[in-house]
Amino acid sequence: MNGIEVENISKSFGDTLALDALSFKVAQGERFGLLGPDGAGKSTLFKILTTLLLPDAGRATVAGWDIDKDFKEIRRHVGYMPGKFSLYQDLSVSENLNFFATIFGTTIKANYHLIKPIYEQIEPFRDRRAGALSGGMKQKLALCCALIHQPKVLFLDEPTTGVDAVSRDEFWAMLAQLKDAGITILVSTPYMDEAERCERVALLQTGKILALDRPQTIVGNFTEPLWAIRADNYYQLLLDLRKAPFSQRVEVFGEFLHLTARPATTGEEITTYAEHCGHGNILLKPAEATIEDVFLALM
Amino acid sequence: MRRLLFIIQKEFIQIIGNRAMLPLMTILPIVQLMLLSFAADSEVKNVNITITDLDQSQFSRQLIGQITASDRFTLINAPLAMRISDHDLLAGEADIVLNIPPDFERNFLKGYPAKLQLLVNAINGQAATVGSGYLMSIIRDYNEDIRLETAMGVGRVPSRIEVASANWYNPDLNYKYFMVPGILGELVIILVILLSAMNTVREREIGTIEQINVTPIKSWQFILGKMIPFVFIGMLLLTIGLTAGKVIFDIPMVGSLWVVFGYCLVNLIAVLGIGLLISNLVDTQQQAMLVAFFFVMIFILMSGLFTPIESMPDWAQLLTIPNPVAHFVAVMRKVLLKGSGFADVAWNFRVTAIMALVFNGLAVLSYRKVS
Repeated sequence: MNGIEVENISKSFGDTLALDALSFKVAQGERFGLLGPDGAGKSTLFKILTTLLLPDAGRATVAGWDIDKDFKEIRRHVGYMPGKFSLYQDLSVSENLNFFATIFGTTIKANYHLIKPIYEQIEPFRDRRAGALSGGMKQKLALCCALIHQPKVLFLDEPTTGVDAVSRDEFWAMLAQLKDAGITILVSTPYMDEAERCERVALLQTGKILALDRPQTIVGNFTEPLWAIRADNYYQLLLDLRKAPFSQRVEVFGEFLHLTARPATTGEEITTYAEHCGHGNILLKPAEATIEDVFLALM
Repeated sequence: MRRLLFIIQKEFIQIIGNRAMLPLMTILPIVQLMLLSFAADSEVKNVNITITDLDQSQFSRQLIGQITASDRFTLINAPLAMRISDHDLLAGEADIVLNIPPDFERNFLKGYPAKLQLLVNAINGQAATVGSGYLMSIIRDYNEDIRLETAMGVGRVPSRIEVASANWYNPDLNYKYFMVPGILGELVIILVILLSAMNTVREREIGTIEQINVTPIKSWQFILGKMIPFVFIGMLLLTIGLTAGKVIFDIPMVGSLWVVFGYCLVNLIAVLGIGLLISNLVDTQQQAMLVAFFFVMIFILMSGLFTPIESMPDWAQLLTIPNPVAHFVAVMRKVLLKGSGFADVAWNFRVTAIMALVFNGLAVLSYRKVS
């Protein structure tokens, strides 16, 4: 049995097509990432799979239960962390956790082993109101609340958005630990660099899947020559390279520009072109493709 | 069951945890109760009167003497020209102008009709009717007196009708006895309807409902869990209000308080149904506020609290049947002032119970987990 099965799910809001006949499968216990910019349809898909929204067409199952017929079972056995912090800000950390445990008919004690590594980090603040926690702490509490009933599938909608880099890293480490518990995790993120933390990822854009595979495979399939280049006048270089005959794509990438060149373009060719355009201090090197390069290429 | 208890507990923690909320919910209504009860007094005590006495006779002076002797009237002017008394009325200084024409006494003694003119400023309808009513009764009494006086000279004393009246349930016509129970009933209901109308929509606005919806919570558990704390708050406010009414205004409590509290419980459930229904149907707290106020204003002004239901047009009287405030005001007054028992207010119980069923049914049905 697969953790999640999605078959031809479509959903539109008015004239906007949010999900366009989406299909994919997530194996049980797999950590599956949905990557895509804002508006790609990630949250809509989460709402459909967590039975908060009905699709216009298509069918889907979560932990073997149909989202239409067995919505009651699904609600009992999934953990959901909405994109927006949705715990009670005026209840304390322990009150929130207790509340969600009780609603699912369980106790903190019964499933403490599952949340222990996470809860230990926020335990010093157990009497603090949830609204007064820092962003990273809020995410940890929300994860505890979503895990407290030992869900079969965990839905995390942009759990790391608005969280600092250290907390993000910790958060992904915690998700990796959950692998042992056999919990299927569907996690979405707008940060491309988080893709490698997932076992498989789907690149989502305007309701369609552009690519779906292991992150390394997706990157490995990118065979076009990729160069990192920089010069004194960064912006002018971008404009000039975009006009160059050998360019396919030029994208801003931190302190370097990533240039996807046509096959058989040599480094010398590029440097000469840039020098010809009057750029100084040119630094050119071959670059390793990242998920972001793939994504921009597919868009 | 355990789940329900926890939802209730959560609501209580939220209410009590919000430190400003509990005092706001109890002290403010009591302040309102005192303010409104002292202010909403329709007794007309001080009527300004201008009298133009063009007769200047013994009779006219006696009549004026009787009017000014009454502590309800203040003689503010006694000009000798009707032009000036009209001006007092136009300037809004006089509430009533009494014109005594020349030959008033002579006409009376000769057996002709003796005429008086009464001009009333009807801008304030109530003061006008009540004031002219007082004045008429003074004139009527005086009329009787002088008729007897003059008849005695002739010989035969005509017989007259004596009216002895008593005010049941409120012998001294103490206006506060009438208003305090009504205002208290109104305040309890308004508070609860506003609180409940803002409640679920608040969870929707903040987003907590999204998390709640992906849980096995059932609609009725969610609604009931929200309702019970509000019933408790309403009952608490009623208790504090009745105590304040007794201590400050010494309102009578003739009937059984069990009936009052029992009815309050039914009424609170009905009103909470309305509030939660509003909350489920709107998208923002602002919308909830506006819709709640729409109903609250109608409920109050058509409740019979300030104007008697009996004097409303027929269609408006029908509209008071589904008005929970009207029933509460009626029950409070009947039980506290009159000592009505359960059987006397059974109709109010029945109608309110039906409303409770209908609105709560709709509230549970309109709470949808799936959008």
